[in-house]
Amino acid sequence: MRSPLGNAQRFAVRDGAGRVRSTRRRGRLPGTLLGAGGLAAAATALAQSRYNLQPPASAVAQEIYDLHTTMLWICTVIFVAVFGTMFYAIWKHRKSVGHVPAQFHESTTVEIAWTLVPLVILIGMAIPATRVLLQIKDTSNPDITIKATGYQWKWGYDYLSGEGQGISLLSAMSTPRDQIDRYDGTGAPQGEHYLLEVDNAITVPVGKKVRILTTAEDVIHSWWLPAFGVKQDAIPGFVRDTWFRADREGVFRGQCAELCGKEHGFMPIVVNVVSAQQYTAWVGEQLKKTSSTAAEADKVWSKPDLLARGEKVYGSVCAACHQPTGQGIPNAFPPLEGSKVVLGPSAEQVKLVLAGRKGVFTPNSQMPSQAMLSDADIAAAITYTRNAWSNKDKAAADMVQPAEVKALRQ
Amino acid sequence: MSSTSHAEDLAHGHEHDHDHDHGHAHHPRGFMRWLTTTNHKDIGTLYLSFSFTMFLVGGILALGIRAELFKPGLQLWHPEFFNQLTSMHGLIMVFGAIMPGFVGFANWLVPMQVGAPDMAFARLNNWSFWLLPPAAILLVGSFFVPGGAVAAGWTIYAPLTLQMGPGMDLAIFALHILGASSIMGSINIIVTILNMRAPGMTLMKMPLFVWTWLITAYLLIAVMPVLAGAITMTLTDRHFGTSFFNAAGGGDPVLFQHVFWFFGHPEVYIMILPGFGIISAVIPAFARKPLFGYSSMVYATASIAILSFIVWAHHMFTVGMPAAGILFFMYATVLIAVPTGVKVFNWIATMWRGSMTFETPMLFAVGFIFVFTMGGFTGLILAIAPIDFQAQDTYYVVAHFHYVLVAGSLFSMFAGVYYWLPKWTGHMYNETLGKWHFWLSMIFFNVTFFPMHFLGLAGMPRRVPDYNLQFADWNMVASIGAFGFGLSQLIFLACVLKCIKGGPKATAQVWEGAQGLEWTLPSPPPYHSFEVPPQVK
Repeated sequence: MRSPLGNAQRFAVRDGAGRVRSTRRRGRLPGTLLGAGGLAAAATALAQSRYNLQPPASAVAQEIYDLHTTMLWICTVIFVAVFGTMFYAIWKHRKSVGHVPAQFHESTTVEIAWTLVPLVILIGMAIPATRVLLQIKDTSNPDITIKATGYQWKWGYDYLSGEGQGISLLSAMSTPRDQIDRYDGTGAPQGEHYLLEVDNAITVPVGKKVRILTTAEDVIHSWWLPAFGVKQDAIPGFVRDTWFRADREGVFRGQCAELCGKEHGFMPIVVNVVSAQQYTAWVGEQLKKTSSTAAEADKVWSKPDLLARGEKVYGSVCAACHQPTGQGIPNAFPPLEGSKVVLGPSAEQVKLVLAGRKGVFTPNSQMPSQAMLSDADIAAAITYTRNAWSNKDKAAADMVQPAEVKALRQ
Repeated sequence: MSSTSHAEDLAHGHEHDHDHDHGHAHHPRGFMRWLTTTNHKDIGTLYLSFSFTMFLVGGILALGIRAELFKPGLQLWHPEFFNQLTSMHGLIMVFGAIMPGFVGFANWLVPMQVGAPDMAFARLNNWSFWLLPPAAILLVGSFFVPGGAVAAGWTIYAPLTLQMGPGMDLAIFALHILGASSIMGSINIIVTILNMRAPGMTLMKMPLFVWTWLITAYLLIAVMPVLAGAITMTLTDRHFGTSFFNAAGGGDPVLFQHVFWFFGHPEVYIMILPGFGIISAVIPAFARKPLFGYSSMVYATASIAILSFIVWAHHMFTVGMPAAGILFFMYATVLIAVPTGVKVFNWIATMWRGSMTFETPMLFAVGFIFVFTMGGFTGLILAIAPIDFQAQDTYYVVAHFHYVLVAGSLFSMFAGVYYWLPKWTGHMYNETLGKWHFWLSMIFFNVTFFPMHFLGLAGMPRRVPDYNLQFADWNMVASIGAFGFGLSQLIFLACVLKCIKGGPKATAQVWEGAQGLEWTLPSPPPYHSFEVPPQVK
């Protein structure tokens, strides 16, 4: 769900590359003209192929960008020198133009020269690289600390310290499956942020040092935000860290960067960078929501509410494997339609969803635990499965309350 | 003395029915001949044929990948099958195509180039080869077991591998068998080179190809057992309750990465050093000029091999190593550019003021230098750790390693095949077909893989079946290139088969500038050559 950013978004100005430039203070005529031209350019920016790293949105990303540019130049110069020589030889030192072969075949001087000169060049490369690496590794004195937990296949965020402490979010891809699945040759039109949009983005204030702790619940994932120059593996059972300081407002997108199973390509990362005031407002909203999520678990839900919520949760969490039709995939993911678990006692289904399960078809493949979801989400999704497709009116208990889920958590 | 032509044996199986030289017992014909042969030439042929077959299988998997990635959206494969395609493409190409291919060259050439009659352990040689087809059946067969083939990447990281079905176990067994074959073959090569050189052939008089294989064989013996360790730990974590890679049990997922890459990095040098040896044979032949800086080339190869043991964690820059660790591996990795650069300069110095002609072997060799060096540059860029933080696990890495493995290892093998095929078969191959193969391969290779640099820098991760629209253009280009590249390899197949069957008769020398003991033998060489060692001055 989109965080309310007040009026700031309406004044957001995009430059020619489609990047959001900072806004409100500069919202006067030049900014407006820039905005108008920018909007037109943004349309073409979408069609542009990109050749280089993304435009940096942090000092570290800028350092990396510059390091890469330097490396490219050095490699280009060496490339031209070396292959200029080689192609000259190919042109001039050919039998077909009558060139007679020389017989020289060694020179210690030359060998020493072309060992030492590259060595010196490498030292020249290593010095700025070392400086930037040490900057990247310095996670001390952050303003805000957020833990990012990789799940199969979404991210969970917990604001651990600094302003916003106590906020918890689950952030899953929100691109609808009908934009993705095109096996029958048709599909819904793909949006601009196809595969790079989430239901709950995290929000951070501009200009503040944000430390990201990474970990995972199941397999190794990796938290990557190209615009900030940040990539850190999320390793189950361990906590690693990295940091960024966004130097402008905007929406920045990244993806999981370590193969983590079938939906590895479908667990994006979205970070909303906003002004300090907007951040404070957002924090207030989120803390209210976090406490209301807790309250959600205790209230009694009506069946229509459960079904509405459940259809959404099913579509974004369960359908990837069990399919929108509930049919599953033969020999891979069991069908939920007609399933003994879905039609049987509700407690068994709740426990299975919370714990995950070793593979039905293959001994070592498994359904990941969904314990990271809220009680209400789990209850709603389970209720949905018990009433969808031909399961309707067949399940023993056709409604599950969040309280039941909460009670079954261990 | 008369001898059955090896090439005729190749082409016509059981048509000839007379004794071989020396009045030895009648050799089996047909399938039994190939099954029981202890002859290094036969075994070389077997390895090369196996390698090319696996190359085609791996190539079809690649086309499956690129077909899905042609457009955004999922059109063909479910994501879990896509992951099987990418993982198996890597495993099959690395362990089924590239490695056995180079062993095929070793078998054919090392004995002849050192003046030996055969490999030191001829029966072990047969066993080394015949382990491969069962291993390949296990590996490819894993597609057909419940859950499908391994889908954790060719790098099979834990703990994702703990979630895989029985296809993972089949892959583990296949890798064990492939590793055993490599180790046995390497022992054979080392003993042959150290013990069976003709009188007068000191180590520093050996052809560079022999040197590169001597060094590669030591690398193989050092690191294949390490891979065996990693995959066995994976097996026991999966089935026998151990927790090597499971934090909850006191283990560490990153341990797998350390063990795997301690194997994995020398492995990629294993896959290129023999290629360097081939190029070091082809360039002097077609420049009609001796290899420049022979001793430097030997020392550079040895340096690359030694350095390859201390750089493994550059594949792991993002796991969360302390800065000191990252810096060490960064410095060690950039150092490898020095001996590699030395080799490139020496090849160009060999060409310099030579008298070059550009038959197909030379085209591939020059093409190799050009395109492999580009892969070397991107490797250097990736070695810079801060840049690697952006590029790790993106298409930039995919571009890099395909430049060094395809334009590197594969092109060097093409150069070698065209160079030595007339010697092996006694027929000249069709030069027009060869040239078409070269140019189409070069062009389509670059069309496929150059745009991947852009994709990676722009932010496309690897091992994904789908992508945001901003990546669509280059993906479409890459897919078109891939199909072109794949189809071009059929020209190679046609050219080789045609050459085996017949063609203009090849002389012993074949190439005006070719040097080495193998060129003193007839084309094709007798089934048993150098039974009396030559005197080397």
